[in-house]
Amino acid sequence: MLLEVTLSGVTLGGMYALVAMGLTLQYGVARIMNLSYGELLIAAAFAALWFYSGLALSPLLGLLVVPPLAFALSYAIYRILLQPLVRRAKTRDALEVDSILATFGLLFVIQGVMLAVFGGAYYSYSFLSIPLNIAGATVAANRLLALVLAVVIGLGLYLALTRTRLGTAVRAVAVDPVAAQLVAIDVRTASALAFALGGALVAAAGVLVSMFLTFNANLGVVFTLKALVVVIMGGVGNLLGALIAGLILGLVENYVAVFIDPGLTLAATYAIFLIVLLVRPQGLLGRSSR
Amino acid sequence: MSRRETLSILGGAFTAAALACVPFLFGDYGLSLAINIVSYAVLATAWSLFSGPTRYVSLATVAFFGIGAYTTAVFAETLPWPAVLAIAAGVGVVVATVVGLSTLRLSGVYFVIFSFGLAELVRQLVTWWEVNKTRTLGRYVFTDITAAQIYWQLLALAVLVFVAGFLIGRSRLGLALRAIGDDETVARHTGIDTTRAKVALFVLSTVFMTLTGAIMAPRWTYIDPAIAFNPVVSFTVLIMALLGGVHRLYGPVLGVVPLALLFEFLLARFPNHFSIMVGLVFILIVYAIPRGIAGLVEQAVRRPA
Repeated sequence: MLLEVTLSGVTLGGMYALVAMGLTLQYGVARIMNLSYGELLIAAAFAALWFYSGLALSPLLGLLVVPPLAFALSYAIYRILLQPLVRRAKTRDALEVDSILATFGLLFVIQGVMLAVFGGAYYSYSFLSIPLNIAGATVAANRLLALVLAVVIGLGLYLALTRTRLGTAVRAVAVDPVAAQLVAIDVRTASALAFALGGALVAAAGVLVSMFLTFNANLGVVFTLKALVVVIMGGVGNLLGALIAGLILGLVENYVAVFIDPGLTLAATYAIFLIVLLVRPQGLLGRSSR
Repeated sequence: MSRRETLSILGGAFTAAALACVPFLFGDYGLSLAINIVSYAVLATAWSLFSGPTRYVSLATVAFFGIGAYTTAVFAETLPWPAVLAIAAGVGVVVATVVGLSTLRLSGVYFVIFSFGLAELVRQLVTWWEVNKTRTLGRYVFTDITAAQIYWQLLALAVLVFVAGFLIGRSRLGLALRAIGDDETVARHTGIDTTRAKVALFVLSTVFMTLTGAIMAPRWTYIDPAIAFNPVVSFTVLIMALLGGVHRLYGPVLGVVPLALLFEFLLARFPNHFSIMVGLVFILIVYAIPRGIAGLVEQAVRRPA
């Protein structure tokens, strides 16, 4: 029982970590606090559902198609909607407030479109729901597959950011956008790329999540919230911190849901968030605050 | 007191007296529209009381509004009305103090994120409590309070908000808050206890939101957590305050009146696409009128001089 709960907690935590990595790219590099972030996850989940039940194709094929689309969409959103705000903002705080407001509006637009198309009902589909036996515990094959894919994507991102020239440039912008310009990094392009990459990551997470969770058009806000909590817990801009914090959150939520009460998972999330804020406001692995 | 201040006090008193006559002059539809406008006027003004000078964007309006509404739903049948309002205000104060003390010491983003999820958290906790402890999800609110009485109570609350805002603007607290909004580090170095100032104002502004919820609850007759904690309310209040302009006390009202009428129209014509429309209106405001109508008015007044 404990092992089963732990395994499904790790799967959920892996999803949170993946979602939070995308958000930490958007917030840490592009300096955009994106409140419409989770809506893209739900949109991707609906796309995967359509792939499976509408076109009778594997959702894994969706994993090849949906994230690039989300990348393009996020890139366009950044260039058209957010870059004017970046130009207008005098300070980083001003940009933060403006981006919160603009993406808050975007949240309601995307959510409204999804509600108009799919309504408020819950959706799910059954793909690879075969029970597997691991060391005496039973796990659904789709959960395990989602976890493995999340690890692969996360690892790929980590290597891309640490081992390539472009990745290094993106990280430099995260550390100091002004100094990055001095060493001939195109900050605007790097920011746009980081924002789009974040969108692609959350879309990938959406496809994976749709394989084993029921979802509806209103659920995006919850994912945004959890991603924000994970990002802050891990330390803004810190990929490894996001991974650890995501796993902690997934495990705690699952334990609370199974052993205490499923209605209290969000309260548990908030309790952890508050403890971290009070004890280590810079995040688990973050450096001291600015 | 300067001549300008005396004039604005007289103008405010006259406006309030004129507005108090609305129930006698207009029919049921006019009255319900007026209730809608005044309730949003209180919420938006209370919102900008805190978020205007400090520049901390609060997304938690409906958390407090819903707490007030739920308090009414629980106690309205057993307790006298003033006691219900007192309990609502008390619960609001406790929640706001806890939230304020734990997040307002930190940089603004933490507060925004916390307030973003607060309504959802309270909604889930209330749902959990009702399902597990009282075994009733959804309550009926039966009172003998008429629509006109609701309207007058809201109007009185609106007057209180304006008086509070006016007094704060003239007090040391108001000066401290403007300093915090300009530069928090500097404010702290000049000896302002920034956390205490922020928490005090946050609590004050949320008490008005809680009371609005408590007063509005009898309008609905049926309440469940999804109705009481509807996030669209937080969103609407934010848009209205921003459209009006948050750096002047009278600003938010300038946004409330046109938007309340516009939303009334949109809700009647496009009930299924309402949130898309509202989102688009909101984005338009953020881009086109960042300083609000009050900012435009001041610009227009200043230019000829």
